[in-house]
Amino acid sequence: MSGIHTIKFRLNGRAVAKHVEPRTSAADMIRHVSGLTGTHVGCEHGVCGACSIVLDGAVVRGCLVFAVQLDGADVETIEGASDSGRIAALQAAFVDRNALQCGFCTPGMLLIAAELLSREPSPSREQIREALSGNICRCTGYEAIVDAVAAAAKVKP
Amino acid sequence: MTGATTKAVGSSHRRGDATLFVGGRGTYIDDVAVPGVLHVAFLRSPHAHARIVAIRTAHADAMPGVVRVVTAADLAPLCKGWQTSQTYPGYVLRTQYPLATDRVVFVGQAVVAVVAESRALAEDAVELVEIDWELLPPACDLEGAMAPDAARAHPDLAGNLAYQADVGDPENRALFDEAACVVEAAFRFNRQTVMPMETRGVVASYLPGDGSLSVYQSHTAPHQLRSLYATHLGLDEGRIRVICPHVGGSFGAKIHLYSDEVATVAISRLIGRPVKYIADRMEALLADIHAREQIVTAKLALDAEGRFVAWRAETRLAMGAFSTHPGSSVQEADEAVRLAMAPYRVPHVGGRLEVVFQNKNIVGQYRGVGHPIAAAIGEHLIEKAAAAMGFDPVALRLANYVPDDAYPVKTRTGIDLDALSHQACLRRLGEIIDIPALRAENERLRGEGIHRGFGIACFIERTATNAPSNAHIRKATAQDGITLSVDPSGAVRCAISVTDQGQGTHTVVAQVIADELGVPFDRVRIVSGDSQATPYGSGVRASRGTAVGGELALQASRELRAVILEAAAQLLQTGAERLSMTDGMIFPAGSEEGNGISLADLAEVVHFKPQLLPRGAQVSLSLSRHLGHDWPALVPTNGVQASLVEVDVRTGAVRLLRHWAVDDFGTIVNPLLVAEQVRGGIAQGIGQALFEELVYDPGGQVQNATLADYLVPLASDLPDMVIDHVETPWPHSVLGAKGAGEAGTTGAVGAVLNAVNDAIRPLGASITELPMTPERMLAALNRL
Repeated sequence: MSGIHTIKFRLNGRAVAKHVEPRTSAADMIRHVSGLTGTHVGCEHGVCGACSIVLDGAVVRGCLVFAVQLDGADVETIEGASDSGRIAALQAAFVDRNALQCGFCTPGMLLIAAELLSREPSPSREQIREALSGNICRCTGYEAIVDAVAAAAKVKP
Repeated sequence: MTGATTKAVGSSHRRGDATLFVGGRGTYIDDVAVPGVLHVAFLRSPHAHARIVAIRTAHADAMPGVVRVVTAADLAPLCKGWQTSQTYPGYVLRTQYPLATDRVVFVGQAVVAVVAESRALAEDAVELVEIDWELLPPACDLEGAMAPDAARAHPDLAGNLAYQADVGDPENRALFDEAACVVEAAFRFNRQTVMPMETRGVVASYLPGDGSLSVYQSHTAPHQLRSLYATHLGLDEGRIRVICPHVGGSFGAKIHLYSDEVATVAISRLIGRPVKYIADRMEALLADIHAREQIVTAKLALDAEGRFVAWRAETRLAMGAFSTHPGSSVQEADEAVRLAMAPYRVPHVGGRLEVVFQNKNIVGQYRGVGHPIAAAIGEHLIEKAAAAMGFDPVALRLANYVPDDAYPVKTRTGIDLDALSHQACLRRLGEIIDIPALRAENERLRGEGIHRGFGIACFIERTATNAPSNAHIRKATAQDGITLSVDPSGAVRCAISVTDQGQGTHTVVAQVIADELGVPFDRVRIVSGDSQATPYGSGVRASRGTAVGGELALQASRELRAVILEAAAQLLQTGAERLSMTDGMIFPAGSEEGNGISLADLAEVVHFKPQLLPRGAQVSLSLSRHLGHDWPALVPTNGVQASLVEVDVRTGAVRLLRHWAVDDFGTIVNPLLVAEQVRGGIAQGIGQALFEELVYDPGGQVQNATLADYLVPLASDLPDMVIDHVETPWPHSVLGAKGAGEAGTTGAVGAVLNAVNDAIRPLGASITELPMTPERMLAALNRL
């Protein structure tokens, strides 16, 4: 059960090696070992979506994945998605529409919205609401987020 | 004059911090890094009411990685305990301690703290602490709370009644006996919680060397915390610094002080090392303030013409085991009874409130504080009366409103109201919704077996609490302050006592300063949330950010502008009265810009070349101002909301189709930010109306303390919302702004309640228990 494991994976495009306990969640490792604090921990049982990360191309809950499961994987956090410019249109739309208040859910919202737009470039409002419905926002009432995602969809090439 | 500059006030400036948040670059409490920090985990009570017979900590204490196991006995020399700061005559109080002493009185109460090298190790060690309990009967039944044989929430209580008050006119049964129509209802508002996305947390560092204490905390009022920690821990307030970093939502949860927070700070004092406590979600659901739980009976009497004759409401609030601190738990019930029917002319308005102890978590001040209940009960009975008497509910309201031109007025319950606009708001609502057509469509659909309902709720709120409040809360409602200064670069720095949790306080304050000073918006930087860097004040609560912070910014900016123009006049060898500043350029009226001087150049002179100015008093491009006694204690606002819903009578599910709001926030500084405050507030009101309930079993166990089981509205649950405004500036300030943060929540509960009842009234059904879950809906429809 105990013992320290060494894992090697790609984090935001760079090869990294980390030493982790088997019980450490991916979210906790990313936050407290890698120091990437844009991955937020909201509920620790996979409901709220604040800890979303991109694991081998799919958005997953960082609190439901153990760090050791990242061994050999390709991981992107909000910082990586932001720095690469991949979600720039969404970020600009979120700021312009004030689609965030406290900002705690925002990284997860952006990652899940980007995933939606990658598979459905012109989603309806219902599709956007459905795609966001696994991520909890307590500040906005969601409408501004839906507007921002719709606006970003129009901007995308 | 250039004259081409756009005014910042009234425009939808984007928030500067939003660009940080979209990159994941906010700094929340768990992101605060302090070298050598230790981690705290709590053993929390598994029982609603029990005596602590023995605590055995040896196994936990011996675990590798554990630094200290802390019980109440360890903290007793450091903290004498506390009671609420907001007292009322006859309010029975019980003292809270950082950790439970000899008894636990609700599930989730902190009992033992473990300090360890990591949070995981601290949690491991909590599992090794052994406690012998002697179970006591729990007091959890609200209806039966005052029965002679009822269990007592604390054994030394004479009864569970903590506070009672009669409000307004005494009961006059004849008015109801003789009225043409009386409608009444019994309401139940079930217990819910606040649920900001970021849980509470504290990082505390006490340095034994110099007796200084630094506290980082997810909170909205750093100065309040500083004063309270000084008081409760016996420390020199002058040596305490409290910093509130980015706060991941508060909505009231983070205006209070909690026992686990005091315990964490006391532990740092005890062991002289930095410690960190971050609540997990279950702790948040169990121990963050709870809200709303009240049973209410209300009745409204009307004459044959539909004029309101008399109103009475009686409520009983399940306070929990203690009163909240510093603001009291009474507010939730008191505001509910005092504000009900406040929009209307009613000759007799009376009520009664009872606040009772329970072996449940503490009820505190969640967004709206009593106002959502005031609106729901009054507006529900108005629509019920309209249906009973065959009146149009809009016309019935218009016939009974206090007219917009009749203010100021004082309500029968003693509330001062001014500058409200119920008539204008409801008329505006009628302009944006074709209500007769909508009702006709609902009627047509009813013929097809589709049960739609449309409901309206109007409301009054009391916002922007300030120092001279008659509901003064010691150490919490303080005089607010601002310091403005011009840097050598011409940038304007503003340190202010109000704070920002994402609602946009910083942006709004910067907009006001930009206009009043005459500098570009992006040359203004706001500092808040740091007790060492900002003047003393109340932080943010009760929708006060813009009304109080904006007014402070306006008054200070006007004074600093005069100082700047006087200094510039000396350099330009002209009279200050001839000068003006726009976009950071100072020049004589009517002259070319080249004849002037930039604020940056002036600041350069003042800071580095004062010899260019005449001898005499040194020019100071910095000043502090405070809002004190000449400012009203509370700013009333009003609004109206409407909801369109569809009820599936087979499943009991309520689907929201559309929601509208028309509010009067006085002067609107930033329309974008205000609209999003309203939308977010409506979502929380809808949560109360349809989804959110913390379920306690009769033994006081919480049945759904996970986010999977405590339902908050999701994107797919909510409709699009139409937001509109009437602007009646607050006449007692220069800016004219009123509080906007809670109106959405306040109006939504009643609007949805009325829409649902409108949908099911033709089926002979009604519902007055919230949330209106599918199960309760089916019971109301007699289909269970």
